[in-house]
Amino acid sequence: MPRAYYTRVIDDLRQRIAHLEGAASRKAVVLPFGIPEMDDRLPGGGLSFGAIHEIAGGGAGTVDGAAAALFAGGIAARAKGKVLWCLTRPDLFGPALSQAGLHPDRVIYCEADREEDVLASMEEGLSFGGLAAVVGELVRLPMTQSRRLQLAAEKTGTMGLIVRRWRRQSEASDFGNPSASTTRWRISVLPSEPLPTVGVGRARWLAELMRVKAGECAEFELGACDAKGRVCLFPVSGDGSDTQAWRGSRAI
Amino acid sequence: MPSDQPIVVISKSGSKRWVSAADPAARKLGLRIGMAASKAQAVIAGLTMIDADPAADAAALERLTLWALKQYSPVVAVDGTDGLVMDTEGADHLRGGETLMITGLVNLLRGKGLTVRAAVSDTWGASHAITRLVSAETTIVPIGGVSKAVVGLPIQCLRLPPDTIHGLRVLGVETVGELSAMPRAPLTLRFGLEVGRRLDQIFGRVAEPIEPLRTPELVEVSRNFQEPIGAADTIAKYIGKLVIQLSAKLEERGLGVRRSDLVIHRVDNTRQSVRAGLQKPVRDPRRLTKLLCDQIEKIDPGFGIEKMILVAVMVEPLEERQVTSSLIEEEVVDVTPLIDVLGNRGQRLYRLTPVASDVPERSVRRISPVADETGADWAVKWPRPSRLFAHPEQIETLAVLPDQPPVVVTWRGKRRSIVRADGPERIFGEWWLRPREMEAVRDYFVVEDEQGERLWVYRAGDGVDLSTGSHRWFLHGIFG
Repeated sequence: MPRAYYTRVIDDLRQRIAHLEGAASRKAVVLPFGIPEMDDRLPGGGLSFGAIHEIAGGGAGTVDGAAAALFAGGIAARAKGKVLWCLTRPDLFGPALSQAGLHPDRVIYCEADREEDVLASMEEGLSFGGLAAVVGELVRLPMTQSRRLQLAAEKTGTMGLIVRRWRRQSEASDFGNPSASTTRWRISVLPSEPLPTVGVGRARWLAELMRVKAGECAEFELGACDAKGRVCLFPVSGDGSDTQAWRGSRAI
Repeated sequence: MPSDQPIVVISKSGSKRWVSAADPAARKLGLRIGMAASKAQAVIAGLTMIDADPAADAAALERLTLWALKQYSPVVAVDGTDGLVMDTEGADHLRGGETLMITGLVNLLRGKGLTVRAAVSDTWGASHAITRLVSAETTIVPIGGVSKAVVGLPIQCLRLPPDTIHGLRVLGVETVGELSAMPRAPLTLRFGLEVGRRLDQIFGRVAEPIEPLRTPELVEVSRNFQEPIGAADTIAKYIGKLVIQLSAKLEERGLGVRRSDLVIHRVDNTRQSVRAGLQKPVRDPRRLTKLLCDQIEKIDPGFGIEKMILVAVMVEPLEERQVTSSLIEEEVVDVTPLIDVLGNRGQRLYRLTPVASDVPERSVRRISPVADETGADWAVKWPRPSRLFAHPEQIETLAVLPDQPPVVVTWRGKRRSIVRADGPERIFGEWWLRPREMEAVRDYFVVEDEQGERLWVYRAGDGVDLSTGSHRWFLHGIFG
């Protein structure tokens, strides 16, 4: 059979799948990172609005979630509008978020005593519709709950960012469990950008795209968020040698 | 008026003039309530006497009751001539619990120059008795502890007519406990039904609903049901109908609601209430309905609901505004509906705003989420950690004094060799806030270990002079 026929069949199948996947794919609005290498790996060319994205830290970051929160903050900063940040442990430091491009006037914090309240607040924020992004810091994210959040996000086209933070490093194996999130990232810290002089340069992260719907996994070495929330790509590890050793020592 | 001068209030009954209230100075000099005015004048020369004005007292008490209605609970009423009664069930948690609620109330009123006693108990009768006869400023009777708390109280506290009290006294009955131990039938035969009813009310054997205070300017709508309702869907449906009626009434007066109460009368003659507060005045039925329906799960319909009343307790003027739609201008989304929904669920909502302070933990202040946007941002351009510890954790370090960063840091039992570091960033204590910080200094360093983990550590003190700090090292935050 001719090659053109196959293409038509495949296109037809793609359309049908897209139809099954619902409203999110029809809107298909994305927030690109502005880095071609990253955006090419993501369907639609960026992080999709109207979807849930999970971000966790690696190593000690599974507990403190410092880099993961900044990564989420940078993404939220590049979207337009207000951000609802739901948390139970109020140890986020405002000036750091502001340095990642998220102006304090744009962030509304919602502090709850229980995880369930964080989930409920996130769902309310996602279905409200007028926000740029809803960020939630969560320990557990069961399939049912993530599905609810995903549906609420699909309905309004608001981006949901979930920063996973565990109480102990050993609990982080929970990150392997399935959830309805569209992408799943792990942000681990790398030694900072070397400077010609003494001092600490721009922070660097290893961003592992562990799961993406309709896409493949990838790894990127990134420079941390600048004052506009943008990350940049470091093609080669700056000092070249010690990342292998570092990976071996990771707890997960 | 000087406070040490004795003052009494004189009431008239018929031609008799008597002392109906006396201040502590007067009581110290031997004046008693109920004493004849002429006798009081004879005891103290130049006594200040004020004529009683019961109408003004009642009006002042009503104003106080209205204020309490707006502040504390949806069900508040005047109790006798000198008290007010509130149904605080389900309202105390908003003030941090019963203890905090009543101590706060007492302190607030004392600040206004009033002498107050407050009590929380299971029944109106018991609270009435305890506030009037127990000298403690605040009393909280635990649930089920009413009978123990009131048995020892004298029978004046039972809200009975004076001649009944007198008659009981003649019989030798002094306390509530003694009265309740007496056989009921002869008591009723001699004094009527009132004695038994008051006794049952104080012990909570019969319900005593509080008829809440209402004023003509309070916007209120209500609905009676022929058949009691109970299902959540039905309640939601009628909440929707009541809200539409309320909004129409508010629109006539040009008002928006800031706080609304839904009072529910059940068939067993008990009441429940649900309160919804808003950040800005609103009369949009959809938003109000959502806020009230959000709390349906808190309503216990019991055997059924026979009446629902919706009251706008706090209202503010709300003008209609013309909205111009422009395709060029960016649309600014008003997030107050979301904030109202989350706030009514008990979540703490806030925004952070910069404070001009170099001390990191003082550089952030929480403000209302709907506060005006000032555009202010932190002026500091040095990197700041994304996680800041509320309490800096002490760490073990190896460092060369006075101004070298640590070479090794041990935190939570993990030893890290430091590869790169930046600093010191010296932060001085704010002596104008706390005198102890007159000489205090902190030297902050950004340190990075072999794995790339970046920590924010500081040394208390400048490394030379011990009066500036203990020279111990602390971890204050973690960079991303």
